[in-house]
Amino acid sequence: MSGKRSLLSGAHFLNGDVACAEGAIAAGCRFFAGYPITPATEIAEHLSERMPEFGGIYIQMEDEIASMAAVIGASYSGLKSMTATSGPGFSLMQENIGLAVMTEAPCVIVDIMRGGPSTGQPTLPGQQDVMQAKWGSHGDYEIIALSPSSVQEMFTLTFEAFNLAETYRVPTMLLGDEIIAHMWEKVLIPSPENLKVVNRKKPKVAPAEYLPFKPDDDLVPSMACFGEGYRFHATGLTHNEHGYPQTQSSETQYKLVRRLCEKIRKNADRIVKVEEIMVEDADVVVVAYGIVARSALSAVRKARAEGIKAGLLRPITIWPFPETHVADIAKHAKAIVVPEMNCGQLVREVERCAKTTPVAFLSKFGEEPHTPLEILEEIRRNN
Amino acid sequence: MVVKEILEHPLSKYLRTDMMPHIWCPGCGNGIVLNCFAHALDELKTDLDKLVVISGIGCIGRTAGYTNTDSFHTTHGRSIAFATGVKLANPELDIVIVSGDGDLFAIGGNHFIHAARRNIGIKVLCVNNFNYGMTGGQLGPTTPLDAITTTSPYGNSEHPFNLVHLAAASGATYVARWTTLHVRRLTQSIKKMMQKEGFCFIEVISPCPEVFGRRNKLRTGLDMMEMFKKASVVESFSDPAKAEITSDRIVVGEFIDIEKLSYEKLFHEKIAQINEKTMEQVS
Repeated sequence: MSGKRSLLSGAHFLNGDVACAEGAIAAGCRFFAGYPITPATEIAEHLSERMPEFGGIYIQMEDEIASMAAVIGASYSGLKSMTATSGPGFSLMQENIGLAVMTEAPCVIVDIMRGGPSTGQPTLPGQQDVMQAKWGSHGDYEIIALSPSSVQEMFTLTFEAFNLAETYRVPTMLLGDEIIAHMWEKVLIPSPENLKVVNRKKPKVAPAEYLPFKPDDDLVPSMACFGEGYRFHATGLTHNEHGYPQTQSSETQYKLVRRLCEKIRKNADRIVKVEEIMVEDADVVVVAYGIVARSALSAVRKARAEGIKAGLLRPITIWPFPETHVADIAKHAKAIVVPEMNCGQLVREVERCAKTTPVAFLSKFGEEPHTPLEILEEIRRNN
Repeated sequence: MVVKEILEHPLSKYLRTDMMPHIWCPGCGNGIVLNCFAHALDELKTDLDKLVVISGIGCIGRTAGYTNTDSFHTTHGRSIAFATGVKLANPELDIVIVSGDGDLFAIGGNHFIHAARRNIGIKVLCVNNFNYGMTGGQLGPTTPLDAITTTSPYGNSEHPFNLVHLAAASGATYVARWTTLHVRRLTQSIKKMMQKEGFCFIEVISPCPEVFGRRNKLRTGLDMMEMFKKASVVESFSDPAKAEITSDRIVVGEFIDIEKLSYEKLFHEKIAQINEKTMEQVS
C-alpha cells in the first residue's frame, strides 16, 4: 500500500478496522493507546505502522483502564487521541470514560461489538454494548455514539467522531461490530482539501483570566493544554469554572452536571444524523442500525415489491438518540419493527419515542445477523 | 529594632494559595513533602510552565491542586497511566506524580510496574503513610504486619510491599527512600530525580497520626517522627531487596541510580528514522 506520510486519498479495498484507522489519521488523530482484543486488534496493528509515519504515537498499554487514562492524558497534552476495543475492554474503560466526561477531554473510543456478557463470543458480531456506551460509567452524563453500517462509514464516521469530540469536548464512541470490522469493501478516501477537520476551541484570554471550565454560549469551554502557560487544574471531582474541587456545593454539582448533559442535549439537532429511506408514506417502518440495517434495507425493498408500504429509519447517531425522527415517523406509521443483535436495547428508546405506535422487537444474536427474509416476515406480520 | 513584616511566603509562587487552607490533618507529613518539593523546584529554577503535576486519589492526591503548575487529579490509581499519555504526547514536559502508597501500589500497582519497565520519563513521589488515610484508616499494600487499622481490627495478616525493591526490580533508573524527617536529603533527592532521564521513584515515609498512628501506639505526629528517627538507618546504595521496613529498622537512602534510554526517547528516535527513510524513498 502506497501513501507513506500521506492520506490514502482515492478508492481502496479495505477491511472495516483498517478503514477506521485511516479515518482517525485523516481526522488528525496522532495518539493511539490500546490493548489487543478481538475483533478490534487490526485497528491497533494498522495504527502501530501508520502513526509513526505521521509523527504520531502508538502505545500498547498494560490494560484497557490504562489505555483510556493515557488517551485522556494525550488529549490534555494537545493531541487528538483514541483507543479501540471490544466489549470486555470497553467495560474496563468505563471508569476513565467518566473521567473524560467530567474533565471534558476530547477523545474517541472505538468499540467493535462482539457477543457478551463477559468473554462471550470473541469472533462473532453483537449489538450488546449499546446501553453500556450510554450508561456504562457512573453518574449522569451524555456522550456521542455513532453506528457505522459499511466499511466506508468506518472511515467516515471515525473521521466525524473526532470532529464531534473536538467540537463538544466529549468522549465520542464508534460502535462497530465484528462483521463491519472484518468485512472488506470499497472505500473512497477524499483528498485532504475535501476533508473538513475540526479542532478544539483555544482560549482567547490571557492565562491570568483563563477559567478552564467556563463555557461559551454553546455550553462548551475553550481548552488550554498542558505546557501552554495557562497553569490550570483539572479534576474528576465536582469542580467550579476554575477547575477547583467544590465537592460539598450542591449548586456547583447541579450547574456542572446539568451543563455536561445539556451541551449534548441542546445541540442534539446539530449532532444527530439518520438515514431515512421510503419513510414518508410508510405503514411499517424498520428502525435498524449497524450491520442489521443492511438486511433491513433489503427487507424493506422486498416488502415494497410485494406492495407493502415499508420504510427504513437508520440511526447513524445512536447517542444522543434521534428522538424527534422516531417520534415523527411514529405519527404516520401503523407499526415500527426493530431488529437488533441483542435481547432488546435500542428498542427501549424507540418504544419511548413511538408513544402509542406499536413497536415489534425482533431479537437475534449469537450467530449471523437477521436475514432480509426474517425481517420481511416481521414487516408482513405488522402490516 | 526593625521588624520586617513578611507578607508572602518565599515559596508561595509554587503554590495555588487560593486553594488554601489545605485539607491535611495536624501532624500529617504531606505538608513537609510539599515543602521539600517546592524547595527542589526553587533550587532547580524549574520552568513552571513546562511542569505538570499529576496525582491520584487520597490525601496526598490533593497536591496536584495545590501546586501552581498545570495539574491534573486523576481517577484512583490511574495517575501513571494518565501521565504516560501526557509525556508521550509532549516529551518536552516535566511530569511529576505525587501520590500515595494505596493509590500507586494497590489499585494502581499494575500501571506502576509497567511504566517502570518501559522506562517512561515520569518522576514518582510516593508518600507512604502505611494506610488509606482519606477513607479513615484502612489497611493497604504497605501496612505493616500486625498493625491495627479499621479493616484489620485483629492486626494485619498481609505482608506489605517493599516499595524500593519493587521499583528497582521493575526497572526504575532512580530509586530512593527517605522519611519526612530527612527534609534536606529528600529535597536533594527530588532535585536529582527531576534531572534524570526515564522512570524515577522516591518513597517518603510519612506520619499519619490521626488515623494510623493513634491505633498503633503512635498517637501524635511527634511520636511518629520519633519512631522514624529511632528506626532510620541511612545507607548508600544498599540492596533494595534487604530494605524491608520493620518497626525498628527503616533503611533510607538512594538505592538505584543508573542510566537507561527512556521510552519516549527511543520511540521518538524511531519516528525520526522512519520518516528519514520515507523521505529517501520519496526522493
